Amino acid sequence: MNSIEVINLTKRFGKFTAVDNVSFNVGKGEVFGFLGANGSGKSTTIRMLCGIIVPTSGEASVNGFNILHEPEKVKANIGYMSQKFSLYGDLSVEENINFFGGIYGLSQSRLTDRKNWVLQMSGLTERRKTLSAQLSVGFKQRLALGCAVLHEPAIVFLDEPTGGVDPISRRNFWKLINELSASGTTVFVTTHNLDEAEFCNRIILLDYGKIVATGSPKELKSEFIKNGMLFLESDDVYTAYELLEKHRLVHNASIFGNALHVSLSDAASLEDNAAEAIRAFLESNGIKVAGIRSIVPSLEDVFLETIEKPASDD
Amino acid sequence: MRAIIDFMVKEFLQFLRDPKMFAVVLIAPVIQLVFLGYAANRDLNDVKTCILDNDRSNSSRDFISAFEKSGYFSVIQYSENYSELEREIDLGNALIAIVIPDDFEKNMNSGKTSNVQVIFDGSDGNKASVAAGYVMSVASSYGSKIFIERFEKSGIKVPPAGSIESVTRVWYNPDLTTRDFMLPSIVGLVLIIITVNMTSLAIVKEREIGTLEQLLVTPVKPYQLILGKLLPFTVIGLVAVTLVLAVMIFWFGIEVKGSISFLFFCSLIFMLSTLGLGLFVSTVSKSQQQAMVTSAFLVIMPMIFLSGFAFPIESMPKIIQYVTYIIPLKYFTVIIRGIVLKGLTIADLWLELSILFLLGVVILVFSSLRFKKSME
Ligand SMILES: Nc1ncnc2c1ncn2[C@@H]1O[C@H](COP(=O)(O)OP(=O)(O)O)[C@@H](O)[C@H]1O
Ligand SMILES: [Mg+2]
Repeated sequence: MNSIEVINLTKRFGKFTAVDNVSFNVGKGEVFGFLGANGSGKSTTIRMLCGIIVPTSGEASVNGFNILHEPEKVKANIGYMSQKFSLYGDLSVEENINFFGGIYGLSQSRLTDRKNWVLQMSGLTERRKTLSAQLSVGFKQRLALGCAVLHEPAIVFLDEPTGGVDPISRRNFWKLINELSASGTTVFVTTHNLDEAEFCNRIILLDYGKIVATGSPKELKSEFIKNGMLFLESDDVYTAYELLEKHRLVHNASIFGNALHVSLSDAASLEDNAAEAIRAFLESNGIKVAGIRSIVPSLEDVFLETIEKPASDD
Repeated sequence: MRAIIDFMVKEFLQFLRDPKMFAVVLIAPVIQLVFLGYAANRDLNDVKTCILDNDRSNSSRDFISAFEKSGYFSVIQYSENYSELEREIDLGNALIAIVIPDDFEKNMNSGKTSNVQVIFDGSDGNKASVAAGYVMSVASSYGSKIFIERFEKSGIKVPPAGSIESVTRVWYNPDLTTRDFMLPSIVGLVLIIITVNMTSLAIVKEREIGTLEQLLVTPVKPYQLILGKLLPFTVIGLVAVTLVLAVMIFWFGIEVKGSISFLFFCSLIFMLSTLGLGLFVSTVSKSQQQAMVTSAFLVIMPMIFLSGFAFPIESMPKIIQYVTYIIPLKYFTVIIRGIVLKGLTIADLWLELSILFLLGVVILVFSSLRFKKSME
């Protein structure tokens, strides 16, 4: 059984379609990444799946329960960490845990167990009496995650859980996510940070409410960047970009600082040395190429590929 | 049940840690009370009076001396005729003028009602109505059947309903102090301000910081959420009532004639409305600031103006008078004045209490449904 099944889910706000006919499945224990730029509809999707808002059309089941007809059962089986830090800042770490434990109906002994677990996993055992408003963002997020999974839900929804934290806290947080997943919890996580998506088992790329790509990070890369990618350094990346965009060996190019990421076209795969051909082409047009080499594409490259594809198809 | 208790614990912890809230609840009522207690002291002790005695009988002289002895009036002129008296009022030398008809003694002796005219300088309505109270008081203590016809300076007859109200008022407040009359109703005012503000703020705050959304994803039922929010503020409301009563009794020396526990019971019934209104405000406010403004302008001010707390209902336009029937504070003001000043019990107040209860249930149910809907 899939943890989450979504069929043609759509949400409109007035005339604006925030989530557009989205379908996907999430397997049990998967870390499922929901990627997209700000405003692409990630939070809206999560909020429909958690029963906070009602979809305009479409269906979904979460842990086998229909989100429209059995919202109470859905709620008993999920944890949710919203995009905002949503614990009580004027309650201490421990009081927050007690409150949410009570709300989830944990027995006293189970609450004690789970409280210790949360304090330990968040590294807050010593600071259990601290008001949570006084914690750093990284600690707040770990505490929020702890409170969201106090009742050991089958599925946990994390909406941009690592927004605004330093890289170390972020890595620690992803460690926790992996532990949860290893213990059988399905983790549905949204992010607009493409580096993070590499940690997911499977991802969906969302753009303007529509799914533009889905698969494991590896699958996505080989699907969208079939013919390899070049890293090209130049003094004049803008002119190089304009020239290369229309070149027959190039599928797509994007500017990264003073370099270009160039994904190669099908024609390039027949070429013996596409990189040298491209260098020669640029230099014949008076552009100096400081370096050119093959690289492993990142998900960011995939993302740029997918959103620029309609233009290059035309 | 457990969830509701957890809610209450949480709410109290947050309340105790929020110095702002603390101030709203514990200090504001006391300040309001003391301030209003002194401001409401509108009593006059030297009402400048002209008297035109058209009867010049023993009875009329008796009547006049009752005024002189009451201590409220100082007679500045025994007028010879109507125009002389009128001039004193016009010049502002006298606040009131009393005109005794020439058949005063005759009517007295034959047991008929005598019509005594009282003319007021209406330019200061407050003063005039306090003075009117005194006239009623003296007239009624004089005992015989005297009908007081009130006239404003302009010659416009003030509806007798007003004078009847004044009679009852004097009756139950023999010292004629406006303070005694005003202070008990401050219980209602304080309850409104505290519960409407706090309830709406507490809920909107959770929406602002995102915890409300978090709660929506838990198995908590909307009714648990509502009770978890409202019960703590009920308790806090009762604490505020206690405070107000304590200041009233020990500071201002107003004795509660009726049962204190009945008073608390009525306060609880009244809070159905105020908590419901707080809940309502939370459903129409996006920010805490908006909630405060909405509370003030949509709930608290109309309540104060339309309840008879600040202005007598009888002096409002007819249409507005009908509106006052749905103002909970109107009934609570009657109830609380009744209990404190007259020692009334449920036998006297059951009607007001029933209406208050019904209004409360309607408001609370309506707001709860709205709240539930706003969460979906
Ligand atoms: N309640 C709402 N009313 C109107 N528009 C909304 C509402 N919630 C979200 N939107 C719009 O829907 C789009 C998607 O929002 P959201 O799902 O929050 O995006 P993301 O989480 O991917 O940043 C945005 O353009 C946002 O403005
Ligand atoms: Mg979002």
